[in-house]
Amino acid sequence: MKAVIVGGTSGMGRAIARRLAERGDSTFLLGIGDDDLARSAADLQSRHPQRADTGSAICDLERPEQFAGALDAADNALHGFDAFIVTAAMFATQEALEADIELTRRLVTVNYANTVVLCELARKRLVARGGGRLVVFSSVAGDRGRKPVAIYGSSKAGIATYLEAMDHKFHAAGLSVLCVKPGFVKTAMTAGLTPPPFAGEPDDVAKTVVRAMDRGKPVLYVPGMWALVMLVIRWLPRFVMRRINF
Amino acid sequence: MANHDARAAHGIPQASSRPSSDAGARPAVVAPSAVSAADTPVLMGWGRLPAPGREVLGEDLVKLTKGAALTRGLGRSYGDSSLPARADDKVAATRMANRILRFDPATGVMRAEAGLSLVEINRIFIPRGWFSPVTPGTKFVTLGGMVASDIHGKNHHRDGCFGEHVRSLKMRLADDSVVECGPTALPDLFYATVGGMGLLGHILEVEFVLRPISSPWVWLESERVGNIAEYVAGLNRAAPVWPMTMGWIDCLSSGASLGRGILMAGRWATPDEAKIPPPRERLQVSLPVELPNWALNPVTARLFNTLFYWKHMDHHAAGLVAPDAFFYPLDAILEWNRGYGPRGFTQYQCVIPRRAGVEAVIEFMKLLTKFGGASPLCVIKDCGPEGKGLLSFPLEGTSIAVDMAVSPTIQHIVDRLNEFVIATGGRIYLTKDRFTRADHFRAMEPRLDAFLAAREKWDPQRRLRSAQSVRVFGDRA
Repeated sequence: MKAVIVGGTSGMGRAIARRLAERGDSTFLLGIGDDDLARSAADLQSRHPQRADTGSAICDLERPEQFAGALDAADNALHGFDAFIVTAAMFATQEALEADIELTRRLVTVNYANTVVLCELARKRLVARGGGRLVVFSSVAGDRGRKPVAIYGSSKAGIATYLEAMDHKFHAAGLSVLCVKPGFVKTAMTAGLTPPPFAGEPDDVAKTVVRAMDRGKPVLYVPGMWALVMLVIRWLPRFVMRRINF
Repeated sequence: MANHDARAAHGIPQASSRPSSDAGARPAVVAPSAVSAADTPVLMGWGRLPAPGREVLGEDLVKLTKGAALTRGLGRSYGDSSLPARADDKVAATRMANRILRFDPATGVMRAEAGLSLVEINRIFIPRGWFSPVTPGTKFVTLGGMVASDIHGKNHHRDGCFGEHVRSLKMRLADDSVVECGPTALPDLFYATVGGMGLLGHILEVEFVLRPISSPWVWLESERVGNIAEYVAGLNRAAPVWPMTMGWIDCLSSGASLGRGILMAGRWATPDEAKIPPPRERLQVSLPVELPNWALNPVTARLFNTLFYWKHMDHHAAGLVAPDAFFYPLDAILEWNRGYGPRGFTQYQCVIPRRAGVEAVIEFMKLLTKFGGASPLCVIKDCGPEGKGLLSFPLEGTSIAVDMAVSPTIQHIVDRLNEFVIATGGRIYLTKDRFTRADHFRAMEPRLDAFLAAREKWDPQRRLRSAQSVRVFGDRA
């Protein structure tokens, strides 16, 4: 596999990039922060069995004008990537978003509009060369409009719908689409919160995600328990959702 | 319900590539729910005696250690080495800062962030023919912790402590500056840091040299030994021949079989001996619940020890074993420390100098048996010459380590054992310690003044401190 990972310097993206590199896949990192990218690229190279060079390029999801150049850099380094993985996104609490309309604009732009734009550019390249894998992190927050994750969740719902449509439309053209919906995972972002039961570890998430990529699975809940939780949530009637604070 | 909501709200992916643009949103992410999630957050060492405190996790150690009083890796030190002096001291947890920054297969030199664990290093590099130059008895440790404790292993008599294989450290000092030190650059800082329990500065990056290994298997020869004198003689015989030696002793047995046990000697197997596929990753089982205090009592401990002793049916055995089974037998059961129950436990590890003679070791074993209580197996190993780390634990002699449940008499037991060790010219290992008195530590540590002078130079205000440094070095709480 020749994989581009957007957000592969930290958290679950870091874990996925490592897992791919350790089994001998080629990786290329897109993200922000020169030093951070260089350190993560060195980490991946050290873990790769043949010590294959891992490239990186700046790609800020808030700056769509960088997207085409970043994809060119990835294509040049990998001689045509065949997997495109996006774990990067913005997060803010509902309270913070309601208090700051500019933050709201930025978050929905990054998580939905700009992510779709980046994925479209990558998707076209993949389809043009006969297919490949498109893997994007949505969230369990996108499965149902919910009070604590109203705006963030809607941005993730948008991405999930986009991915489902891409699967329907381009599956025959060789595009394998995976929409990952993580529940609580112990990363730097959730540090400081007491993990609920069944909280996931990034390494376990990475293992599951890579297996799902290999098998061409379209939707993946991680940790697996969230598939059951969200099954129940999806079927709760509206009058219940209005009352509960979940 | 409120907590649950907060968690559900955070059940979302990492804001991976956006540390800076996300900054505005971040305070709201952490503050309110974190406070309500646990009313009195506590931190614990491996011995599970809690102290109020909270660790701050992150992937960027340079950022994370700013203003921190202490760094903490995987929390495997038994006592209070990794616990804060005060509940509001900032404790930086390194385990998410775990990138390998460089590995040179021509020389074995590796540079990595301090939170990289030995689990990861072993998983990736044993199959490629490399191993840490020194490993402790658990792989659940970070590089930073290995330096701060200047850990030793089964090969101490031959290869010394981990610090001898460290080429360079990147550190954040108490004045917030970030420096690089090593055996030639700022050597006084370096040698105070090696074994310095993290009190000279926060270790951010570690550069050290991995060793090539001849196969992914260990050749182990083990021997059932009838008593302590035979045991120490056996260790001394094995040391010049074998790169790795150690053994387990039944310290509940007394009389003629005082200190009976199993002596082990190992080396990496040659490719000819190891013509079998590499070891498979062991299935990890976890002790699922905390056992009650009474589960481990003199009767069960004696039973366990007797079974363990006679499990070694043949007087002498030899063969291939996986590195995990050889180096980390206890890691097979995750969270085995719950076996001691809610009372918690400590480990007493001391080294008795060679010049005190085998009689001193026998006397010490008698003392242990007298205080024994419910101590299952204890570990004996011989140590080579003292290292250059100012507070590095080992010195030429016999190291003895025994787990002890915390009881109302634990302070008395540790005091008596310490008095004996002081009389022999030996000392204790701070990484295992929770109960040693400041005056006892001073009496057993002629290098203490040099260490305190280094702290005075690099951290005159004692901004870096731990619960242990308050107890043993008299830092203000």
